[in-house]
Amino acid sequence: MKFSDIVVIGGGPAGMSAALAAADAGVRVTMMDRGQVLGGQLIKQTHRFFGSERERAGTRGIEIVKILRQQIAENKNIEVLKNTECLGIYSDGVISYETDGKYGLMTGEKVIIATGAAEKMLQFENNDLPGVYGAGAVQTLMNVYGIQPGQKVLMIGAGNIGLIVSYQLMQAGVQVAAIVEAMPKIGGYKVHASKVARMGVPILTRKTCKAALGTDHVTGAVLADMDEHFQIIPGTEEEIEVDTICLAVGLAPLSELVSQTRCKMRYIPQLGGFVPERDENLELTAKGYYVAGDVSCIEEATAAMIEGSIAGLSAAIATGMNHPEIIGKRDEWIKQLENLRSGKTGAKIRSGFAVMNGGK
Amino acid sequence: MRITDHPVLEFEHGPKVQFTFEGKTYEGYEGEPIAAALHAAGVKKLREHDGRPRGLFCAIGNCSSCLMEVNGVTNVRVCIEPLKAGMVVRLQTGHGRLEF
Repeated sequence: MKFSDIVVIGGGPAGMSAALAAADAGVRVTMMDRGQVLGGQLIKQTHRFFGSERERAGTRGIEIVKILRQQIAENKNIEVLKNTECLGIYSDGVISYETDGKYGLMTGEKVIIATGAAEKMLQFENNDLPGVYGAGAVQTLMNVYGIQPGQKVLMIGAGNIGLIVSYQLMQAGVQVAAIVEAMPKIGGYKVHASKVARMGVPILTRKTCKAALGTDHVTGAVLADMDEHFQIIPGTEEEIEVDTICLAVGLAPLSELVSQTRCKMRYIPQLGGFVPERDENLELTAKGYYVAGDVSCIEEATAAMIEGSIAGLSAAIATGMNHPEIIGKRDEWIKQLENLRSGKTGAKIRSGFAVMNGGK
Repeated sequence: MRITDHPVLEFEHGPKVQFTFEGKTYEGYEGEPIAAALHAAGVKKLREHDGRPRGLFCAIGNCSSCLMEVNGVTNVRVCIEPLKAGMVVRLQTGHGRLEF
């Protein structure tokens, strides 16, 4: 059976940062990812990041991936298993995985789980028709493979993802018919909303998609107004012609694997749903297991990368690399994360953690 | 439809290869997911589930909406399965089969 000081499961922004932080602290890391390339969902983020210089603000997600990949390739302490899907974590700490069609087992002194998130679905008639996609799928098709998802799109959700993907659709030469949002106001940043509004896309609040139209694939959508209880107001239905419906209605943590560690799980809507309870160092109630990124709290890639650094250093420290310098570095990242969440946009996340910490 | 002109991105492709879908010959780029090649050719319906058409949904291997039959093997997630020359791709109906 294979052994590594630290096993990182998931090679997105959180996992890559965790592997680098731990390896730089001097421990051997094995990172597994199911994809053919490292980067997770960052490989399709063409927009520039916000924040400070340390968080790579002003750099596009796709460029950040290249930097992290390069650093990982050059780091002798990191072994990367691509095309490798983690299958389970057993009570004796054994991790099973499939790599290129073969079954494998391994253990690690510490394990960092960074499996990310999955897109949420929205209930409406015919929502299973081909042509209804998650926003991430639309980004994958157009930004990774260079394929237009359709010609005319209805975007559901005016959060940052809905707004950014709408803009990216137009960059790819696709028309966005409208963005509908059930809430009374736009959820995403004003800078993103203004950008798409300037390009002539109507952003309709208190509006939802009641049904998709079509037999073999989407040919239209029925929109309707919503009241303050999020109920459709009868008689307000109108049909629009679109060939694609894109759902940007949020993400849910992919926390099934995490829950196999028998850690304490909590349902905290502000953090995205079922999430593992974790301490400041990102260790779970199942000792020796750490998390980073969307798997424990739906945020964005900047936070995921900082969490990766915290988890990587915490795990390294726990294996014995407890030099004051490394502890200091970890604590600096913890402060950095607090700063990132301190603004208005971090209010929801903060309230989620208040629930997690208050309920102990 | 393929994006030919993009303000930020340049797309790198493998060599062009041929494959069949429901007996008809299609072209795609080697290494791109089968679903991407089909989508570029305008094929959106990939399988039938309980009599209803299904297509791509998550595009990253999470959701199993795009299961198809590839070279006789059912339940292949075509959104992450790389395209190779000569692949025989078919619509999948129902739950597929396990073979030993």
